[in-house]
Amino acid sequence: MEPSLASYLALSGILFTIGAVGVIFKRNALGMFMCIELMLNAVNLTFVAFSRYYGDTTGQLFVFMVMSVAAAEAAVGLGIIIAFFRNKQSIDVDDASILKN
Amino acid sequence: MVGTALFFLFAGFAIMCAISMVYHKNPLYSAISLVGVFISLSCIYITLAAPFIAAVQILIYAGAIMVLVVFVIMLLNLDDDTGPNRLKYLYTLGGGLGVVLLAQTFFIFYAVMRAPNAPSDQTLSAGKTLTIGQAMYTEYLLPVEIVGVLLLMAIIGSVMLARRLAQPQLEIVVERESDLRNDEQ
Repeated sequence: MEPSLASYLALSGILFTIGAVGVIFKRNALGMFMCIELMLNAVNLTFVAFSRYYGDTTGQLFVFMVMSVAAAEAAVGLGIIIAFFRNKQSIDVDDASILKN
Repeated sequence: MVGTALFFLFAGFAIMCAISMVYHKNPLYSAISLVGVFISLSCIYITLAAPFIAAVQILIYAGAIMVLVVFVIMLLNLDDDTGPNRLKYLYTLGGGLGVVLLAQTFFIFYAVMRAPNAPSDQTLSAGKTLTIGQAMYTEYLLPVEIVGVLLLMAIIGSVMLARRLAQPQLEIVVERESDLRNDEQ
């Protein structure tokens, strides 16, 4: 007796919702970054669940690709955050308003 | 039966850690909660017969990415998050988005519950490292190569971004703009 596909999809949807709401509620760039990682993980869970229930390896390969892209995103994103902090002494995204006037 | 109990245990832990990540204002507490989410998702991958993905999840996410994030948090010595204090409409927007996404989630849950889907038991080999490696180097060779090039570009790009210039060019532009504005006045 294993949990059905629907429960995995429900868990994935709930985690994605928490991540999406967090991106809007958080105002510092690192918090938004971590919420995006949470959303990527929720999608990975969907891939693995479908891969298990259809017996196909492709889903797990795409999880691997998503993880590689997340690693690249972490490297570049944290570089951008550090460069922004060096200019503004803050990583609040509301301070990134140089184009506003 | 054991599988169901383990699933609900780790699912509850993952959801609680995710909520605590969004709730905490201190970025370091958020990062630790996110590590909890990653570890419980890795346990769920093991119950889904995907041990390779579970190991890679621990290695890449909890091992590499979160260490990088914690390093940056410690390096910048951040204050607590203030929340959307200037943009009040963001609370409404975020709440609305959350309600819509949750409604979609429950719709999908009931739609999939009604559909007949029996797990195919003869295909437990789909998660084995041998199967994944064979598929990766035969059928999906081009995506693997593209990901390799992407990682190389990310390495070069992050080194370029984090390099300390003698005087940051953005500041030069801003100073020039403000000088022009002062001259006009």
